[in-house]
Amino acid sequence: MSTRDDDLREELRTHVEMAAADRVARGQSPRDAETDARRELGNLSQIQEATRDVWGRRWIERAAQDVRYAFRVFRHNPGFATVAIVSLALGIGGNTALFEVVDALRLRTLPVADPAGLVEVRLADSDGARGNFNSWHISVTNPIWEAIRDRQEALSGVFAWGAGSFDLSAGVDTRGTTQMAQHFADGLWVSGSFFDVLGIRPAAGRLLEPGDDRPGCEARAVLSYAYWQRAYAGGAAAIGQTIRLASHPVEIIGVAARDFNGLEIGRGFDVAIPICSEPLLDDYDKGRLASGTDWWLSVFGRLKPGWSVERATAHFTTISPELFRSTLPPDYPKVSVPKYLAFRLLATPAGTGISQLREQYEEPLWILLATTGLVLLIACANLANLLLARATARQREIAIRLGVGASRGRVIRQLLTESLVLATIGGTAGAIVARWLGRACVSLLDTGSSVTDLSVGLDWRVLAFTAGLAVVTCLLFGLVPALIATRRAAGISMHVATRGSTSGRESAAIRRALVVAQVALSVVLLFGSLLFTRSLRNVLAVDPGFRAAGVVTAEIGFSRLHVTSANNAAFRRSLLERVAAVPGIERAALVAAIPMSGMSSSNAVWPDVDPSHHFTSLLNAVGPGYCRTMGIQLVAGRDFNVDDTLTSPMVAIVNEAFVAALGRGPQVVGTRFTREATPRTPATSFEIAGVMRNSKYTDLREKDRPVAFLADAQMPQPPYVRIALRSSLPPSALTPAISRALAEIDPRMAVDYEVLATQIDDSLVRDRMLARLSGWFGLLAGVLTLAGLYGVMAYTVARRTNEIGIRIALGAGQRNILRLVLREVGMLVAAGALAGAVLAGAAGRSAASLLFGVEPSDPATLGAAIGVLVTIALAAAYLPARRAIRVQPVIALRAE
Amino acid sequence: MAKSERYQNRIELLQGTLDLLILETLRWGPRHGYGIAQAIQSGSSDVLRVDTGSLYPALHRLERQKWIAAKWELSANKQRTRVYRLTAAGRRQLASERSRWQRLVDAMAGILSKPETSES
Repeated sequence: MSTRDDDLREELRTHVEMAAADRVARGQSPRDAETDARRELGNLSQIQEATRDVWGRRWIERAAQDVRYAFRVFRHNPGFATVAIVSLALGIGGNTALFEVVDALRLRTLPVADPAGLVEVRLADSDGARGNFNSWHISVTNPIWEAIRDRQEALSGVFAWGAGSFDLSAGVDTRGTTQMAQHFADGLWVSGSFFDVLGIRPAAGRLLEPGDDRPGCEARAVLSYAYWQRAYAGGAAAIGQTIRLASHPVEIIGVAARDFNGLEIGRGFDVAIPICSEPLLDDYDKGRLASGTDWWLSVFGRLKPGWSVERATAHFTTISPELFRSTLPPDYPKVSVPKYLAFRLLATPAGTGISQLREQYEEPLWILLATTGLVLLIACANLANLLLARATARQREIAIRLGVGASRGRVIRQLLTESLVLATIGGTAGAIVARWLGRACVSLLDTGSSVTDLSVGLDWRVLAFTAGLAVVTCLLFGLVPALIATRRAAGISMHVATRGSTSGRESAAIRRALVVAQVALSVVLLFGSLLFTRSLRNVLAVDPGFRAAGVVTAEIGFSRLHVTSANNAAFRRSLLERVAAVPGIERAALVAAIPMSGMSSSNAVWPDVDPSHHFTSLLNAVGPGYCRTMGIQLVAGRDFNVDDTLTSPMVAIVNEAFVAALGRGPQVVGTRFTREATPRTPATSFEIAGVMRNSKYTDLREKDRPVAFLADAQMPQPPYVRIALRSSLPPSALTPAISRALAEIDPRMAVDYEVLATQIDDSLVRDRMLARLSGWFGLLAGVLTLAGLYGVMAYTVARRTNEIGIRIALGAGQRNILRLVLREVGMLVAAGALAGAVLAGAAGRSAASLLFGVEPSDPATLGAAIGVLVTIALAAAYLPARRAIRVQPVIALRAE
Repeated sequence: MAKSERYQNRIELLQGTLDLLILETLRWGPRHGYGIAQAIQSGSSDVLRVDTGSLYPALHRLERQKWIAAKWELSANKQRTRVYRLTAAGRRQLASERSRWQRLVDAMAGILSKPETSES
């Protein structure tokens, strides 16, 4: 209490003391004097109250009093407070967390100058682009980029960039400054004006400038702030030092601004290198600068003042024909030339950057956001229900307060304060839940091999969003009961007992409607979670065609050894032999495209006897023993062997889907097919040496597609090998032994391991995330609905206790009473389930593209969802029903 | 029945007159709440008795109007007491209240001085 209160108390005390002293002086005994003086003073607290009123208390003191009172109410009703706060925290927390992730992925603009003016210039359609694709994103070749740079007039500044990966193995970990050996650095190839156009400032040193990007330039590196901190502890001494990228020494000239993480959301970068230095760091001899078939760059720019995206697109459409005519590579495959010449460029807004994560997760995230939105609605309904119930239960209290002279406004203010206190606590708890859940969500996107680099934090917008939700929810659902409860004249309510027959009818109707809505929304959520769970189970049950357990892949890069092309094949073979000899390895085989890794190559093929019968086949290059290493059954013909060499006839093993696509019957071993020319090799005819069972290539969900396995020894030999290994040893025991064996050959080699089973798991991240989160939210919805139903039923039974008592007194059996209660539950659930089924049908359609092997309107799943809900409803009705059965007629009637 | 006797002797104060009495009492020097009550009582020869339940709200109301000011002082027998004194604004207020009271008394006297014959 304030000092003013203390002062008043002391003032009144001295008054009594002085009065008593006077009485003693007049001859009274001290005891009587004291008592009389007090009596004369009158009601002490009434005096204090009256005096305090004179002070004119400020609103904040009144509010503090209301808040104190609210806390007292919650302390006396811990169950109510807990359920309300937990509902709010989970509803708001879940919503905020997903909103944060969606925001980070979809809505937030790049931390660059004027992101709204940023556009990407890209191909309208990449169909017909041939060659090597280094990015999941539609990209262009370096000649196309240079032509855009030289001819465009729509952009005030334009730059190109591409993602790359640099072998670091001798670079960082030997310095001993990092805890974890990092073999590869995430790189960015950037044109000279990259940082300038984006308006990025250096955190240290200087950034790359147009002068750094000249033909034949030296490689110079700009580090990202995070990498600078990680590898150099943010030391100024890093500037001017040399970092070894792909065994090439590169000078570090500066560090980019702290918040700049590149233009791809979800993938950061470690070093940025000028595009012109590509030939120095390239694995191949030729380099990609002059190549018209290496698609690896994205072109971004800033619109000139006054230019719109539409006008820029019109401009790029105009210059496209001439641009693609002049850049047509001489070695471009003939069939695709018309498509190349027909390419059109367009401009799209790029203020939010590009993101593979976004493309992959945008839809699931919106669905999950909608899910949490529904959960929040259910939580709100629960809260409204609770507040209504509380208001009904407190009718007497409210009536008394109104009766002794509290104004209606005062009582409403008190009830609203309670709601607001609830909202504040729930909102705060929600923010905490959100922080935790947001991080959990992002880590759900992580895979065994890659960590998602997504900054998810509480920013003021999200906080405002949360706070707004909490306050609106509580005020709305606090206000309605407050208005209802105070509308009745005090005199009437005083007489109306808590279980009066007419009083609560209005709020009871609202509460029933709320429960029906809860049931309906829960059906939708349960249906969704069951759909995603079934979908995940279906995917997990898919037979990939190979045995993934026990397979580890190793990618060994040896570009730094500068093996001559004449010795390359022999060196690769010796690496395989050395690795295969490591104890514990049962089988080992070379493979170009590791299944499920996302690597992919395809081309047009046709049977030699019918060149008009074109179809597209996936391609792979494997060494002898691949089938047995992977556990893929060979159904006809033979495996590759050491006799398949550059000088022997070209052979291939095809899968069953290829045989079917060929359309020449099942006996294909010995027949020939031709693979269309690639930018590096002419059209080639292969003899089919064997047939393999179908196996998945990039995705468990894919339909069996034609695949032709070519002999690795007969293919161009890159300066790396990928080896598939089968072993019964755990990968953690196996990989150090392999690394040691390789180091004995030459310590400059870089090696990267993947566990096949983990990679398959990783490819299911999205399905698993959806199943897990939607399941979690479905469960939450179920629990909230259980609480809501229980509340309504308990209230109904309590309200009808005397009716039930009369019925029992008149001879109604337990069965009749049970029917009475269950009929009410049944009506609520039936109405909710019906509405829910309609909603679920609509909701299922929106998730159709994310489902595997289950129809979005699957009736069995819908039935299961409703079944779960009916079980919940019965559970919710159990206690109230039992209470109803045990009503003692005499007590029930006497209570009235 | 001494108690009821005392009540019969007591005259209910008119609305606003307590404020005037407090201000008037303080004109002769600072006093604490009990002192003010005693002064009013003895000054009116025990006819006016101040109800403590009205006194303190009145004191705090006058203080809020800045007509009187209060501070804590030690009394003769080392007791901490809250002592009120008249402010300059209080003096002006007292003057105007006095003249208003005087007008009221005159008006009342004018009416009440007529002989009691109008009773029908």
